[in-house]
Amino acid sequence: MSSQVEAAISAKGKVLIGYLPVGFPTLQESIEAAVALVESGIDILELGVPYSDPVMDGLVIQEATQVALSNGFKLAHAIEAVKQVTARVDIPVLLMTYFNPVIQYGVDKFATDLAAAGGAGLITPDLIPDEAGEWLSAAEKHDLDRVFLAAPSSTDERLAQAVKYSRGFVYAVSTMGITGARQDVDVAAKTLVARLRAVGATHVGVGVGISTGTQVSEVLTYGDGAIVGSALVKALNDGGVSELRTVASELAEGK
Amino acid sequence: MALRDELGPYFGEYGGRFVPESLIAALDELSAAYELAKHDPSFQRELADLHRTYTGRPSIITEVPRFAEHGGGARIFLKREDLNHTGSHKINNVLGQALLAKRLGKTRIIAETGAGQHGVASATAAALFGLECVVYMGEVDTERQALNVARMRLLGATVVPVTTGSRTLKDAINEALRDWVANVETTHYLLGTVAGPHPFPVMVRDFHKIIGEEAREQMLEITGQLPTAVAACVGGGSNAIGIFHAFLDDPTVGLYGFEAAGRGVDTPEHAATLTMGRPGVLHGARSYMLQDADGQTIESHSISAGLDYPGVGPEHSWLNDIGRAHYRPITDAEAMDALRLLARTEGIIPAIETAHGLAGALQLGKELGPEAIILVNNSGRGDKDMETAAKYFGILDGGAA
Repeated sequence: MSSQVEAAISAKGKVLIGYLPVGFPTLQESIEAAVALVESGIDILELGVPYSDPVMDGLVIQEATQVALSNGFKLAHAIEAVKQVTARVDIPVLLMTYFNPVIQYGVDKFATDLAAAGGAGLITPDLIPDEAGEWLSAAEKHDLDRVFLAAPSSTDERLAQAVKYSRGFVYAVSTMGITGARQDVDVAAKTLVARLRAVGATHVGVGVGISTGTQVSEVLTYGDGAIVGSALVKALNDGGVSELRTVASELAEGK
Repeated sequence: MALRDELGPYFGEYGGRFVPESLIAALDELSAAYELAKHDPSFQRELADLHRTYTGRPSIITEVPRFAEHGGGARIFLKREDLNHTGSHKINNVLGQALLAKRLGKTRIIAETGAGQHGVASATAAALFGLECVVYMGEVDTERQALNVARMRLLGATVVPVTTGSRTLKDAINEALRDWVANVETTHYLLGTVAGPHPFPVMVRDFHKIIGEEAREQMLEITGQLPTAVAACVGGGSNAIGIFHAFLDDPTVGLYGFEAAGRGVDTPEHAATLTMGRPGVLHGARSYMLQDADGQTIESHSISAGLDYPGVGPEHSWLNDIGRAHYRPITDAEAMDALRLLARTEGIIPAIETAHGLAGALQLGKELGPEAIILVNNSGRGDKDMETAAKYFGILDGGAA
């Protein structure tokens, strides 16, 4: 039993984790964009599953996932994207998904198909470990990573729980808010990472609000991974894959 | 254990807390504050005083014999929540939560609203307690409930039209949750129905159960017996659980929730969650919901903005599964007929939401016969719906339109 994500973090020391939604603007274009991200220096991919009610997402990601849904995104496309991307690039690919689609697909079946497609695991923004029994069993059975969130408002007890149940990394939410670029990444992020370390976290990814190479550098002084989403989605939306490459390379220079 | 004793976070397999970790501290804080308040005589006294001197509780019971003639001759009684201050049952919950928000030291409340009834009630409580108030309302609803938007603004609230997704109640809830994630330190999310993550389904139910507690006593006093059936409309389900709760452990009393069937449950345009949906997770709780095969929420439809919601509170899902309550669909047309009938036979204009429960009572009367006694939660008044009703019935003069 081993974590693809932990292996990647151990091998590289500091990693840049990039998010893009599957199916934006179309399935095939999103796969090409994901591959381009890797070619531009992203170390771990986080592919987003478009969902009708994305409460954790800011406007940039909401709009992109809505486009994906109206262009006919189906849940099976998420598995298909993982399969195609992992066939072309040699880095861990996680899916980030709200939990209802997984429940409806069947938790164990989803884990089976994700593992078969070469996926590394799931990031679950609206699933706390307290409600995750079925997913944890399935992840264990299929040797998948499970990334839970930790927030600045979480008690030490809850941070310890997030660390205990996460595998791959624990996702430190840098600020109290939803996804989207911010001028300053909160000092709250640094404090949160220190608190996570104090309860035993060995792999910590920091996300929400990170959009520049400078911010990536700053975050990587204390975190193991910097997670960038909205800035990449915006680049893809504004200037296609070429703009995406430019922005991703600039971010990767921050490593 | 009595059915009334269920305290969450789960009702059978339903309920729970399916929300981002960022909200857990606030939910824990709220649960703890609510537990303290529930057992604190000074909190209960303050709330009871507000009910008596501000809302106008207890709300009365009105028997509606001319209306009941159209329902198989059963006796039909209305619990007049429409006579509460702000015009619906929503004020019961809002006052309780606003008092809690004050106890938690929050200076800002946010709320979602569909028909605008909960938004108006929230804006009212914010004005009363000197709290900042932001109400999220789907853009579609701000258009069909323009009068309530004006009421909220007059009360000092900021109304934010939500332009994402289906631009209705479900998207207003998403936007309120996003606001809450970002502002949880200063802000209380005053959720308006018995849905959402624990403790909302239990807490909102508790603030509304006074409806059934009063009605049960009143009915015993008026008729000398418990009603044969209790009827209410169900969107998220707050007024229904409010009137059901006191009767849950009275096995002779049938409990009936009436969902919005829109243009019909055989069309895609309905909001009949328990009739046509299946269990899933929406807005923080596991419950029945309208969704496609992939678990994407399906947009609902109802002529009534307050019932136009593709989810339902977890306690209703549980009551449905254990067979304690029965849920049936009522179409737009059936509801509008009942609305007009109550207006013409009794001089009471109900909200379109409420009219679904009234249409259901007519059905029940025909089934149960003249011996039956049916209690209906007349959850809201119809003033806010005049534009929709006037258009529907074509009763505006050309010049006035």
